[in-house]
Amino acid sequence: MNRAATEWSGKAMQERLRRRYASERRFRRIGFAAIALSLGFLLFLLITMAVNGLGGFMETRVRIDVDFPRSDLFLDPAALQGPGAATALAGADIEGAVAAAAQSQYGPLGPALISDAAWLRVREAIAKEPSLPGRKATFWLPISSALDAAADGEGPPELKQAAQRLASAGALQRGFNLRFLASSDATDPAAVGIWGAFKGSLLTMLVTIVIAFPIGVLSAVYLEEYAPRNRWTTIIEVSINNLAAVPSIIFGLLGLAVFLNFMHMPRSAPIVGGLTLALMTMPVIVIAARNALTAVPPSVREAALGIGASQVQMVFHHVLPLALPGILTGTIIGMARALGETAPLLMIGMRAFIATPPGGINEPATVLPVQIFLWSDEVNRGFVEKTSAAILVLLAFLMAMNGLAIYLRNKFEQRW
Amino acid sequence: MPSFHGWYVALWAVLPALAVFVIWQMVSPMLVTEAVLQSPAAAALPADPMARNAVLEEARALATGELAGAFNPLSNSIAPAFAAAIGRYAMLGSLLALIVAFAGGAFGLLRIRPDLRARTKVERLVMAVLLIASLIAILTTAGIVLSLLFETLRFFSYVSPSEFLFGLQWSPQTAIRADQAGSSGAFGAIPLFWGTIFIGAIIAMLVAVPLGLMSAIYLTQYAHRRARQWLKPMLEILAGIPTVVYGYFAALTVAPAVRDFGVSLGIPSSSESALAAGLVMGVMIIPFVSSMADDSLAAVPQSMRDGSLAVGATPSETIRRVLVPAALPGIVGGVLLAVSRAIGETMIVVMAAGLAANLTANPFASVTTVTAQIVGLLTGDQEFDSPKTLAAFALGLTLFAITFLLNVIALQVVRRYREAYE
Repeated sequence: MNRAATEWSGKAMQERLRRRYASERRFRRIGFAAIALSLGFLLFLLITMAVNGLGGFMETRVRIDVDFPRSDLFLDPAALQGPGAATALAGADIEGAVAAAAQSQYGPLGPALISDAAWLRVREAIAKEPSLPGRKATFWLPISSALDAAADGEGPPELKQAAQRLASAGALQRGFNLRFLASSDATDPAAVGIWGAFKGSLLTMLVTIVIAFPIGVLSAVYLEEYAPRNRWTTIIEVSINNLAAVPSIIFGLLGLAVFLNFMHMPRSAPIVGGLTLALMTMPVIVIAARNALTAVPPSVREAALGIGASQVQMVFHHVLPLALPGILTGTIIGMARALGETAPLLMIGMRAFIATPPGGINEPATVLPVQIFLWSDEVNRGFVEKTSAAILVLLAFLMAMNGLAIYLRNKFEQRW
Repeated sequence: MPSFHGWYVALWAVLPALAVFVIWQMVSPMLVTEAVLQSPAAAALPADPMARNAVLEEARALATGELAGAFNPLSNSIAPAFAAAIGRYAMLGSLLALIVAFAGGAFGLLRIRPDLRARTKVERLVMAVLLIASLIAILTTAGIVLSLLFETLRFFSYVSPSEFLFGLQWSPQTAIRADQAGSSGAFGAIPLFWGTIFIGAIIAMLVAVPLGLMSAIYLTQYAHRRARQWLKPMLEILAGIPTVVYGYFAALTVAPAVRDFGVSLGIPSSSESALAAGLVMGVMIIPFVSSMADDSLAAVPQSMRDGSLAVGATPSETIRRVLVPAALPGIVGGVLLAVSRAIGETMIVVMAAGLAANLTANPFASVTTVTAQIVGLLTGDQEFDSPKTLAAFALGLTLFAITFLLNVIALQVVRRYREAYE
């Protein structure tokens, strides 16, 4: 075969090389664009949530002067100090008095300016300071969501004018609303908080970890250290790996069919939610624990057996403590996933309107992600910021958990 | 090891007593009821078993202090008998448990001799506990399959399987009264299957596969080590964000933008669209695809890459002509796993895709998925025997079967590929 040598410096070859290098640069740029686009989306999501959500921690308050002696409120300061204080307060029409004060101050529109739950703050103030009903007092009360929308330029014109008037008169004040972290669900967006849902999440996670962690670790120890290689072990392994990939909503159906309809456990309770999430988290813990156990070198086991430890002593005294940091890392990651889980909990009825924080694992409760889902369905515009604020709290917790997992891994990770 | 002898005796003392206690807890309510029925106050009880049980239940609640006052005066008269019986049997039970505990402890203590191998015996128990713990996984799987299967069979007694699997009409709203118009719902699940595939396997994958694959290629082949150290965990954050947050984002920000875009193109659009849900779901899946692709690219032998570079191919030619084809089975397996995750995803579609079952290929229209329907069917009032609620379990079983199959196929694909190079 006779073939002319390639003329590398020729024009055609140079042109071809240029094309190939251009395509190389293009490919590289596409790769960079892909990762930039993905991270840009993440950034966009986080910024959207932060911008919306920070407003949820703020509230706008309007100045209301309540002249208690001249109002229709017949509250004797003396009656508020004795043992009957709570009944005296509960019987008084504080809501009416506040509405009347708003009306006399800001005209017929007055009562519409303040939030429906604003009078509760006046009641709290009176309970704290019983001499209050004897004099004139000034309160800064949260404004209604209609006025809030009007201040942003939406709503009926008379409310918009009212918002402008109030702002120029200095009767509006913007401040932090720490009650958002301390109160529970309510119908009025100005009064809602996440404490109830947060406590529900804590109780649910408590049940989950108490069940999933021991079972997950023990089952990993059995499979990794003791199990004979036979058909049964294979079935166990296959079902664990498969469970880790089952959609979470299927666990919700299982919880509904078994825990609620068959075992008649209480609906909406953290115990059922925790059990359901435990079944979901357990395979994750088993897989993480098995990886951590495999990473412990055989020499540790042989040394322990060599000085007379039994199989059980070898694992529980030597191998398990060495594998523990890895197991904990996997557990925290699994728990973080369970904390953000919504769908299975909807199945077992944890979507009820719950206005008081749960007192125990048997009482109706809701959890943070479900609370976010419920608020996102609300028509009232005031819930948009509250939903984003709840998302911020949830994300902060997830980041903290994942950060802890990474810290543990870096601090205790051993290379053998 | 003296401590094992101690454990040996302790276990003998505690475990049998605990077993007796648990059994007693289950048996004693029956014994109590029997004792109350024998008492003279029970002569006034109604003969009808249902009424009698209601009275007995109330009297029990009175006796244990769960109820402050009774609705039925009869309960008041029986309550003292109940309280006495409960007290008597509780005492008897505690006594029995105590005796068993002592007997067990004594038995264990008597068996202790220098040549007793206490460690072996205690450890046999530890092994049994370990075995039981690992059986929970099988129990869970069996529980899922059985509960779904059981309810699905009940559903198929109302609706035939062929209608469910091949019917084109889905409107599960059964009327409250039987004589109302349209009292029987339609349970043809094809629109749901189509919606699930349209969102999870088509739109989401159109987003996730190119972005995930290219991200993995850039991270493994081009990025500096330090950049990779930072970029990869940041990409993984996408997988750690709860789905309800994605759903909210999709409904609040993405869906209105998609609708406006659709309207500006002159395509009929709704505020809940397949495109919005699919786009956001695709972003959620990116790190999943990327890490699977990452693993399979890393598993291609270095010699293949070196060989390609040595004959003068540019890095991108090496990647496109050598690395990706060699890693293809792993990448395909990863994509299948990603599809299985996408079709099982619930919150995004519940919040952004809607509940209207449309059989349409218009990405700006509202479609619904299997998971969104399960949530829709099972929330709200629950009468458990209606085909409406049972349909959710049939859908669940279908979903379980499909994701299981996808996972098995994906693992098979990955495994076969691994054998080729090791």
